[in-house]
Amino acid sequence: MLDLTQLKRLLKQDNSRLPGVKAALVGDTATQLLATAVRGAAIDMGFTIDLFEADYNQVERQFVDPDSELHRVCPQFIILFQATHQLVAQHAAMAVDDRASLARRRLDFIESVLTDPAWSGRRIICLNYPEIDDTVYGNYANRVETSLLWQTRQLNVGLMELARRHDNLSIVDIAAVQSQLGRNQMFAPNVYASTEMVLSIDALPAVAYRIVQAIAALRGTFNKCLILDLDNTLWGGVVGDDGLEGIQLGHGLGIGRVFTQLQQWVKKLQQRGVILCVVSKNDEAVAKEPFLKHPDMVLRLDDIAVFIANWETKVDNIRTIQQILNIGFDSMVFLDDNPFERAIVREHIAGITVPELPRDPSDYLEYLYSLNLFETASASDVDNKRTQQYQQEARRVQLKRTFANEQEFLASLGMEARVEPFNSFNTPRVAQLTQRSNQFNLRTVRYGEDDVRRLAQDGEVVDMALSLRDRFGDHGLIAVVVMRPLDSATLLVDTWLMSCRVLKRGMECFTLNRMVEAARARGYHRIVGEYLPTAKNGMVARHYPDLGFMSMPDSDNRWCLDIDHYTDRPCNIALARL
Amino acid sequence: MTRQEILDQLTQIFQDILDVDDLVVTDALKADDVEEWDSLSHIQLIVAIEKHWHIKFNAREIMTWQNVGQMVDTIVQLLAEGN
Repeated sequence: MLDLTQLKRLLKQDNSRLPGVKAALVGDTATQLLATAVRGAAIDMGFTIDLFEADYNQVERQFVDPDSELHRVCPQFIILFQATHQLVAQHAAMAVDDRASLARRRLDFIESVLTDPAWSGRRIICLNYPEIDDTVYGNYANRVETSLLWQTRQLNVGLMELARRHDNLSIVDIAAVQSQLGRNQMFAPNVYASTEMVLSIDALPAVAYRIVQAIAALRGTFNKCLILDLDNTLWGGVVGDDGLEGIQLGHGLGIGRVFTQLQQWVKKLQQRGVILCVVSKNDEAVAKEPFLKHPDMVLRLDDIAVFIANWETKVDNIRTIQQILNIGFDSMVFLDDNPFERAIVREHIAGITVPELPRDPSDYLEYLYSLNLFETASASDVDNKRTQQYQQEARRVQLKRTFANEQEFLASLGMEARVEPFNSFNTPRVAQLTQRSNQFNLRTVRYGEDDVRRLAQDGEVVDMALSLRDRFGDHGLIAVVVMRPLDSATLLVDTWLMSCRVLKRGMECFTLNRMVEAARARGYHRIVGEYLPTAKNGMVARHYPDLGFMSMPDSDNRWCLDIDHYTDRPCNIALARL
Repeated sequence: MTRQEILDQLTQIFQDILDVDDLVVTDALKADDVEEWDSLSHIQLIVAIEKHWHIKFNAREIMTWQNVGQMVDTIVQLLAEGN
């Protein structure tokens, strides 16, 4: 995390090539420096925020008055920062009995914003309220509904409930930032008295990053995978030297409980969908032994999607993980106690996050908490199936290493593909694939489930849903083809898409063979393929010519295949019989 | 610590916070003389100076200095009280 001076320097660079989002910051205290910090933190995280700053202390007017600047700008993200200090003043101004309604009133205001059609499609990013204990009632405040503490806590819980009901509300938990930093770090009374800034200079970056992390996650940038070293990271000591009984873990030896708590945290991440991988310089059997036999291990082999223990470099092993998971390095976090390994990984793998773990393992967990590495904009139930699929893919990649020749490897996989027309069972997945596939997608036509049902009923349309499995496991439905008649002799490929999970398996050739077979059966003589370029589908720009389609005189993005003279392209995929 | 030593160290702090490499801090220097020295960077300067000498300014001092010389007066006074 950069400090405010460093963040300000980032703003002086040429950032015009970074992607940008528009946002507004609306607050009831002085927010100029926070705005600066937010802009800087965004650049540090790889994008720019075109941030409109409303004059301060007009929160209500900005939202309610249709002629306000906020209404005119109406950006995608609206950051709402109402300070606890203002809450203290509002609390003081109310008659004692009315104070019980303070939280409710603030929440009603925010809910009115959330349901106001003026902000439809916009996201309200609301900072919650760090506590100020005025000690008017002392501890007794915990049983007095009108107390400041009661109202502040109720407000924060109320915000959580609002966020659960309203999808367009995101909470930025600066109350959590305050419990991390401590109130004396968060707030500087002399700065507040002279400027009306409720955040100290040192707290500004912490709050700004917290805001920007929420926005980044909403934009789809977040960490999906945690790669773990073992010795002195997941347990104390070196299992190869100290032996299974000699490592520090659990309540027995040394500081074992520190590592147990770290593992409990990692396990919770896994349970909420973060992919876990292990990279260790070890013999595989030695590295796996604690996972199999140590009674105090929280993490088990089932939790680890990709487990790599060997004597190759960690950089190479992390690249292998990237191939298996097929996610960007910029969504990976690498935890290792060894500063040397960290430096090498950081230097050779652009984009990966490598926390500078403290020297003392007892500091690990608090330090990791402070980084907020796993911000997310959604959470679904555990996807254990996904960990299994990655485990299967890891076994494939390991097998592949034993073959010098790609074709021999593919032949050894024992691949079988199933081809079905669209039906009620596969319709949701077909629609989902047309919605989500961006890279291997020739025309990027999006279909909803109703559209898919219509295609299935249309007698003129050739519709194919293809699934693939091999001896390691089932990939499920991974490719979709839709062809429509162009004229009596010609079919146009309306849709051809494929999941990137099964690239380089020969699935394209298998699919084309089936397409030709279906076209012939209906009496066609030609298939015309079209490539419509998008920002993301460059990988299939040469798809049709690579498959032997001929260029067409009157078009540079259409190609034609004469199916009367087509012979099946070789591939190592057998047609599965239903 | 002499006034000049304080001014020399302030020069370092000002250069770093305001990001102006050739700035030399003197008793007579005022915020109006330096484009980068606005009310916002003023607060950053205050906090950096507080940290540097482990002192704490009070809010009134922060708002009433007319030039660096008065700021140095306060620093000298706080350092003397601290000792």
